[in-house]
Amino acid sequence: MSVGLLYALAGAALVAIGLAGLLLLPQLLRKILAFNILGSGAFLILVGLGQRDGGIDPVPQAMVLTGIVVAIAATALALALARQLLDLSGRMRLPEDGPDAGAADD
Amino acid sequence: MTDFLDPLPWLIMLPLAWGTLAFVLGPGRGGRLAIAAIALQGLLVLQLAGQLLAGGARVHAVGGWGAPLGIDLLADGLAAVMLLLAQAVALPLAIYARGYFAAQPKGRELFWPMTGYLLAALNALFLSADLFNIYVTLELLGLAAVGLVAIAGGQAPVTAALRYLLATLLGSGAWLLGVALIYGSYGSVSLAILAPLVGADAPLAATLAAALMLAGLLLKTALFPFHFWLPPAHGGAPAPVSALLSALVIKATFYLVLRLWLELFAPLTTVAAAQLLGILGAAAILWGSALALAQTRLKMLVAYSTVAQVGYLFLLFPLATLVPPDAAESAVQGGVMQAVAHGLAKAAMFAAAGSMIVATGRDDIGRLGGVGAHLPLTLFSFGLAGVTLMGLPPSGGFSAKWLLLRAALETGQWWWVAVMIAGGLLTAAYVFKVLRRAFLPVASGDRVTRVPRTLEFSAFALALAAILLGLFGAPLLALLAVGGAA
Amino acid sequence: MSRAVAALVVLLAAGLAAALGLAMLDLPEPAVRLPARVAAKLGDSGVDHPVTAVLLNFRAYDTLLEVAVLLLALVGVLALARPHAARAAAPAHPLLQTLARLVAPLMVLVAGYLLWIGAHAPGGAFQAGAVLAAAGVLLRLAGLLPAWAQPGLLLRGGLALGLLVFVAVAVAVLGQGSLLQYPPAAAGGLILLIEAGLTLSIGLTLAGLYLAGTEVEP
Repeated sequence: MSVGLLYALAGAALVAIGLAGLLLLPQLLRKILAFNILGSGAFLILVGLGQRDGGIDPVPQAMVLTGIVVAIAATALALALARQLLDLSGRMRLPEDGPDAGAADD
Repeated sequence: MTDFLDPLPWLIMLPLAWGTLAFVLGPGRGGRLAIAAIALQGLLVLQLAGQLLAGGARVHAVGGWGAPLGIDLLADGLAAVMLLLAQAVALPLAIYARGYFAAQPKGRELFWPMTGYLLAALNALFLSADLFNIYVTLELLGLAAVGLVAIAGGQAPVTAALRYLLATLLGSGAWLLGVALIYGSYGSVSLAILAPLVGADAPLAATLAAALMLAGLLLKTALFPFHFWLPPAHGGAPAPVSALLSALVIKATFYLVLRLWLELFAPLTTVAAAQLLGILGAAAILWGSALALAQTRLKMLVAYSTVAQVGYLFLLFPLATLVPPDAAESAVQGGVMQAVAHGLAKAAMFAAAGSMIVATGRDDIGRLGGVGAHLPLTLFSFGLAGVTLMGLPPSGGFSAKWLLLRAALETGQWWWVAVMIAGGLLTAAYVFKVLRRAFLPVASGDRVTRVPRTLEFSAFALALAAILLGLFGAPLLALLAVGGAA
Repeated sequence: MSRAVAALVVLLAAGLAAALGLAMLDLPEPAVRLPARVAAKLGDSGVDHPVTAVLLNFRAYDTLLEVAVLLLALVGVLALARPHAARAAAPAHPLLQTLARLVAPLMVLVAGYLLWIGAHAPGGAFQAGAVLAAAGVLLRLAGLLPAWAQPGLLLRGGLALGLLVFVAVAVAVLGQGSLLQYPPAAAGGLILLIEAGLTLSIGLTLAGLYLAGTEVEP
């Protein structure tokens, strides 16, 4: 097994951890961290699979650099929104009503 | 010199430039610049459509490298139709937004820069022929849409924006994962390079990638049961934003589903998967329409109507997968026609709803009395948009449903016909619920004020376009046929 | 959330990891070999570091959109930034202030170096911009830089400069045949021009993501 493939497999584990965290953790800061773990997993897979035969592939490396900046941007916006929600509601979590719960309220 | 006048790159660079300039100009500025620029973008799309009809699909190799080293832009009939829809919806909505934010200044500060980036992302997405580049356009689109939802502030919109952001990020995460698997399997992310490589004997990684990308797109398109984020986001944003999101943003991800399904992943599609998409679409139609009927707030009603109308889009998959080519062509035409008709009609409906809310000072269906007397053109626009959503002739919605119906009958799948009829009846029920209230006299204690004429006329232009689409849809279908997507 | 739902989610995540692992262990040989193509065209790219060549030439269009994403995020954060209830910020420790005064100019120098070296070695506009932004955050933490509520015209111009230069170069070379098709002889210079603009704007934007979110003093 090459080092690249090992990275990719670790990435798969990170994706699973991030996905579970994003869906299960109620606290917004943890959700945002979970999204970052999921993203890092995807980046590891992208770079790892590209270099599984040992050579260096600059294309996925450049793609991941692009992806990291995009993830920073998304994280910053998410943090600003979470912060705003904290200021407005005093809570750092989304209300727990399921889909369509607000259907009949006014 | 002709290279400088190529409409393809300008369709992406122009909105990026005016969005950024609007930001530099300062809070609330840039509206007139935006309207002029969108009008120019509209002319560029028309020029592009002319080029396609005359000479077939066009490729633009960014950087001059060409795939797989560089990124290619591809303009075929399907992309051109979506570009046409985007500019046709954006222009009246930009005129509407200027009037709307003059009456309701909350959220106007950074509306124009975000809208510029939103349109740049849409145009870039429609033209991209590169899976990783599409990922970047998806993120630009998602962040612009989320930013617009939160633009007016307040606890409910910020909550809705956060929910939307987490959903859309999960969706793009799934897409990126798919891109990583595809690159690992084939060494390229270019659609043109990949298409001949993906066959029925594709490795597990390619099948998994297809499933992940499809799931991510369904989440972003808000197909039932992934619709949980849509109603509060679309229903809570300022009216011009709701209109842009419902008319265009969810269509962008639907467009990607369609393109992948018909082209890149066509060898991997199965009847079972297509039926599943159809069932989810049918559930969306019934569930979304029923919930729309149960709403007490006008914009939430219109938002749930979007959940339902998204369902019609997905009826095309069971009707176009592994069936005779005639039926498949009709189904794809019907689905695309539905995307265009719904885009125009829903933009009109949200715009009209926004005018009614400005005029009555509240978002409450029970207090719409007097709107019929004071804002007849706005109510007429709402009704016309409703005619398209119901699928009554001669609207664009009728043509769309007729094409889908024909495909359903040709392939013997009559059960989708029943769903479409039930959906049409439910749609009529919630549209008449609004119209009935609006024709009542003003309730004592309430007052209905006038709204700027630009609000009334821009909504009317959109509703009229949705009707005219039914009468003059043939050129659009001719354009769609360029490049063999349908 | 109920235990059953949680168990289902964990099962879903584990299943995804297993499927990903299985798929990765059974990959075909890639039909396309991009590293060889990058190496073959590196001489025409205007830079000699392959990752920079991909980022700013072969796939420069991705980078252009990504810069827009970053600026858009700041626009979104600014739209949310309302003057919070004025909270008395604790005065920074004098040692931190002295240190920040000392280190900040050095960080600007490092940023310039990273920008320049990007053409040949790991580095470039993003790394340089990140160092600039860190200097801004440090100065802010030391109480030497005010938070921004709404940036003024000059600052907005600085934030937008990188993207505007990038777009201007992208369309200025349309005469070569397509978007972002640099004339081979000018490629190195144009890339440096774009990266210089980006360094400034990325530095300001990243710093702004922090500075616009913090409390505004009375």
